[in-house]
Amino acid sequence: MTAPQTLFAKLWAAHEIMLREDGTSLLWVDRHLVHEGSHHAFAKLGDRGMKVAAPDLTFGVVDHYAPTRAGEVAADIRRMIDTLGQNARSQGIRLFDLRDPGQGIVHVIGPEQGLTLPGLLINCGDSHTSTHGAFGALAFGVGATEVAHILATQTIWQKRPNTMRITINGVLGAAVSAKDLALHWIAKLGADGARGHAIEYAGTAVEALSMEGRLTLCNLSIEGGARLGLVAPDQVTFDYIKGRNFAPTAAAWDAAVNDWAALKSDEGAVFDCEVTINAAEIAPTVTWGTSPEDALPITAHVPDPANLPATKQEQARAALEYMGLTAGLPLEAVNVDQVFIGSCTNGRIEDLRLAAKVLAGRKSRVPGLVSPGSALVKKQAEDEGLAQIFTDAGLEWAGAGCSMCVGMNGDLVGSGKRCASSTNRNFKGRQGRGARTHLMSPAMVAAAAVTGHLADVRPLLEGRT
Amino acid sequence: MSGWTKIDGRAVALRQSNVDTDQLIPARFMSAPRSEGYGSFLLHDARQEDAAHVLNRFASADVLITRRNFGSGSSREAAVYALVDFGIKAVFAPSFGDIFQSNAVNNGLLPARLSEDQIETLIDAIGEGDADASVDLIDGSAMIGGHALSFDLDPVWQQKLVNGWDDIDLTSQHNEKITKFRAARFAAHPWALPAT
Ligand code: SF4
Repeated sequence: MTAPQTLFAKLWAAHEIMLREDGTSLLWVDRHLVHEGSHHAFAKLGDRGMKVAAPDLTFGVVDHYAPTRAGEVAADIRRMIDTLGQNARSQGIRLFDLRDPGQGIVHVIGPEQGLTLPGLLINCGDSHTSTHGAFGALAFGVGATEVAHILATQTIWQKRPNTMRITINGVLGAAVSAKDLALHWIAKLGADGARGHAIEYAGTAVEALSMEGRLTLCNLSIEGGARLGLVAPDQVTFDYIKGRNFAPTAAAWDAAVNDWAALKSDEGAVFDCEVTINAAEIAPTVTWGTSPEDALPITAHVPDPANLPATKQEQARAALEYMGLTAGLPLEAVNVDQVFIGSCTNGRIEDLRLAAKVLAGRKSRVPGLVSPGSALVKKQAEDEGLAQIFTDAGLEWAGAGCSMCVGMNGDLVGSGKRCASSTNRNFKGRQGRGARTHLMSPAMVAAAAVTGHLADVRPLLEGRT
Repeated sequence: MSGWTKIDGRAVALRQSNVDTDQLIPARFMSAPRSEGYGSFLLHDARQEDAAHVLNRFASADVLITRRNFGSGSSREAAVYALVDFGIKAVFAPSFGDIFQSNAVNNGLLPARLSEDQIETLIDAIGEGDADASVDLIDGSAMIGGHALSFDLDPVWQQKLVNGWDDIDLTSQHNEKITKFRAARFAAHPWALPAT
């Protein structure tokens, strides 16, 4: 009998073409997703006069620079989008461009189109590629040199990461979501707490998550420093995939489900590191600083740097200064200037439904932008009446793309402005120069909108089903 | 890319932890072609807001000493281009962002790990000034501000930095294996091919 294996080990073995003497593996890439930011990599390929090795496995999407509001598009943004179009055309790559009904954020449309499947190895020149691990796929972000390598060879050299299992047992409280769960573990372990590890999320609280929730959880793996995140596929996964555009059909579907059923860690499989979390302990969570690890329950106070471990004090002082916060202030007393709902973390239909549940029949006290994760999410939200709820509340309903998560398309938070945001990074300047970002779930963003300050969403949901 | 084995230059201390890629190069600069040079984008906002920023005072620094989780965040290789084009050849920190590290090595930039204590010693020694620094890739040693150290570096990455290897050439030698692998994978698992 062979030793019990982790899910990660099974996926790795299925993609290993060869193992070099120095311990580096050459891995086969099943899907390669490219976006406007891949221009450096295409340029590298062009310099060598090379063609894309597997255009049938390469898919392009306009997302980072996608305009989400009507009006003039700046010349440099236009150029980024056009460059991707030219590269895709000349290399024979299927492109989801701005006019495509399937357009959207790369990590939203991969799953939505059925391009993301259990058991695949998926690469993209974007750190949040970890998102796709929610399907039990080996998915990780790479830099431009590696993107060029994948374009040229459809393979990637990797050192095998260590494994970590984060087991979350119990039941998440009312209005506590995958976002809160992720911010909770990152605060606990640190923004480099899972550095170099492949995380498998397990436990009853994870099994109970929808596909959207699992995607949010895996998306944020990178914010805890992990190489990738994984959830073992199950019936929830299969139900989500069935019937999607690029998903297998007929006999191939049956074979797929048969193969996918084996994609789980064997009983007794050993991980390099084990972390256990009790779901019941997690409250709606917000960030106060400039790293995702600076997260606390909404019921807490802005921390006093003097009470933090010595190595964190300097960073915390700088963070409070940047964020314009004073130690000891209740988090609920922090007023916000605007809100943003969207991104590859929380721009899916379920996210919009949760935010709309809070906003229905209420007005936002501050301006805000809602950008669905894809054109399909946009259409569905409009059909379900969610878009109407957002606009009735006074929020702006925009087109699909990365939008205010990173501001590359010009959707920026002003300098010194404070934004309650459903995104994944509260880094200095992330949403615009001098912008102050507080990360939280979409429901919590909606709560901040209707109260005008960071707020506990739980009382706002009482009596709403 | 050509490899290297030794640096003799000047080190400065960047006293922050979690210097993420959005700080290293703000997103708005990333549409520029590389040929224009990325050096002026490095830590752009921090340097513009603070005339006395260490990299404004020591524009010829070669070696950066910094705190934990340097280069965390996005996969943007532009963060490494900014460092390299500025003239930085090695960064010493207790830990690095995972993707940043590979990007660094792919561009000849050394991401060298030291313990938190070693880093704090160096930061104290260098203070607000700069200091002599020499780095030897072959034996993984450095002399910075009068402190002799040995640093932690994956041997694969050490070889890559020394040789300046280009992975595409290396991989092309295995083309036959790759072609066979593809055929076998999709024959055994036809579902793994995108439908339609
Ligand atoms: S939504 Fe934000 S985090 Fe996600 S891919 Fe776009 S820019 Fe990156």
